[in-house]
Amino acid sequence: MNRYLTDMAILKKYRYLISRRIVQLALLGLFVGANYFGWNILKGNYSSALLFETVPLGDPYAVIQILASGFISSSELILGATIILLVYGLLLGRMFCSWVCPVNIIEDAAIWLNNKLGLKYSLSLSRQIRYWALGLGIILSAILGYAAFEAVSPISMVHRGIIFGIGGGWAFILALFLFDFAITKFGWCGHLCPLGAFYSFISKYALIKVKYNNDKCTQCMKCFAVCPEEQVLSIVTHTSGIIKPAECTNCGRCIEVCDDDALNLSLRTINKK
Amino acid sequence: MTSRREILKKLFKVSAAAGSGGLLWGTVAEGTVAAPITLRPPGALENKSFIQACVKCGKCVEACPYDTLKLATPTENMGVGTPYYTPREVPCYLCTNYPCTEACPSGALHVDNLVSDDKPDINNAKMGLAVIHKETCIAYWGIQCDACYRACPLIDEAIVLKKEKNPVTGKHANLQPVINSDICTGCGLCEKVCVVEEPAVRVLPLDISTGKVGDHYIKSWEQEDEKRIEAIEKMPDSDKKDINSALDYLNDDESLFD
Repeated sequence: MNRYLTDMAILKKYRYLISRRIVQLALLGLFVGANYFGWNILKGNYSSALLFETVPLGDPYAVIQILASGFISSSELILGATIILLVYGLLLGRMFCSWVCPVNIIEDAAIWLNNKLGLKYSLSLSRQIRYWALGLGIILSAILGYAAFEAVSPISMVHRGIIFGIGGGWAFILALFLFDFAITKFGWCGHLCPLGAFYSFISKYALIKVKYNNDKCTQCMKCFAVCPEEQVLSIVTHTSGIIKPAECTNCGRCIEVCDDDALNLSLRTINKK
Repeated sequence: MTSRREILKKLFKVSAAAGSGGLLWGTVAEGTVAAPITLRPPGALENKSFIQACVKCGKCVEACPYDTLKLATPTENMGVGTPYYTPREVPCYLCTNYPCTEACPSGALHVDNLVSDDKPDINNAKMGLAVIHKETCIAYWGIQCDACYRACPLIDEAIVLKKEKNPVTGKHANLQPVINSDICTGCGLCEKVCVVEEPAVRVLPLDISTGKVGDHYIKSWEQEDEKRIEAIEKMPDSDKKDINSALDYLNDDESLFD
């Protein structure tokens, strides 16, 4: 148990979780600082941002919706979205979901509380719904004539609420929290979110992947207990190799709970053996 | 082996699920689109295109030195996540370098929309149009007030004072503020400074405050306007039929003598 571990051991035990929270909060802090104190490091929000006053960044799914609605976005926004698309698609994989998106903090908090109270989840959903939502968001954008997911996205409500003022947005945050707390485990991020589906969709060939070593594994199944997308761990207990499915968010929870050093972050080798 | 019947059933189920999700989603989304009375930053596209183009990043809000611009929250009915301003609280001070317009990455705000004579100028902004309500404007009552006129950044252009005889005393002048709709930028300084309890001058989005005449009324005493008749005469016959039926309706008195 934790109480028997030394402080350093606890830091090591939660190294990925702690790093993720630091990255998530630092990005959020930079955005908030840009709005309230005029910092020039990272301006805007998760939909579109400007890094160091020069590098445009954009949410590729938002841009696809805008294009589908029939408006040709500016080259700046398209360039920004392309940069993000390439960074996640080729390098980071679905790390937006676990290392950047502020909704991840809400979801993890809800699930943590659920665990503490030992509540049972009542609704099981298909993890495929998000891919339908992904497509539906683009089709609806074309029908309605504006970006359909951006109009209702709880993710945007959360980050805009924190960066620019919450207004009635707190209701979205609370609703997300309650949904993941009592109704469906990883309900939003792992089942419904079209943006998460989008990042899964594009990061099939990303470089950073979790690697599994079957020889070291003692089949304790701790990784399954913490994984937000446990279906991606299908090779665990069977064969060594990289965790291929792009639904893996590279959150690193499985790595830090593994006492056998059977899981690690690694780079996908270009030459497959 | 799944039978055709099974496949059809599955297809039916999936489309029903997608349909229910899509309808629900679409309806909720429609509710988040702005109320028509929403004032946008300078250089904005017309409202429908603006809603389409805006990526909701808030960089215009950050660029605004006066905290005029706000990003709409979900309950404000201003188009969730899009920028707007409320002149009575903080009007637009018409920065000569339009930082908000420059900050926009999406094209929803564009300097091109501030250009006339090949040169962008903030005074070309058309964020809205101020409208004065004569019954609540105390200057129209005859009380001396020129707050809006003095506050207007385009004094004597966008707001002029019209001198009328004061019918109450019979020997004083009423100095009545009048908006020049060709020049007014919609910045809202007039609305901000108006001294009465609820402002007698309000900035409204252009299309709402101007109204629209339609094709039926033509200024026959103006040559330019008369050309519109020629345009109707040049219409294809299929459209003309409607005009004939309208004329028939006007000339037909049968229904009067039932």
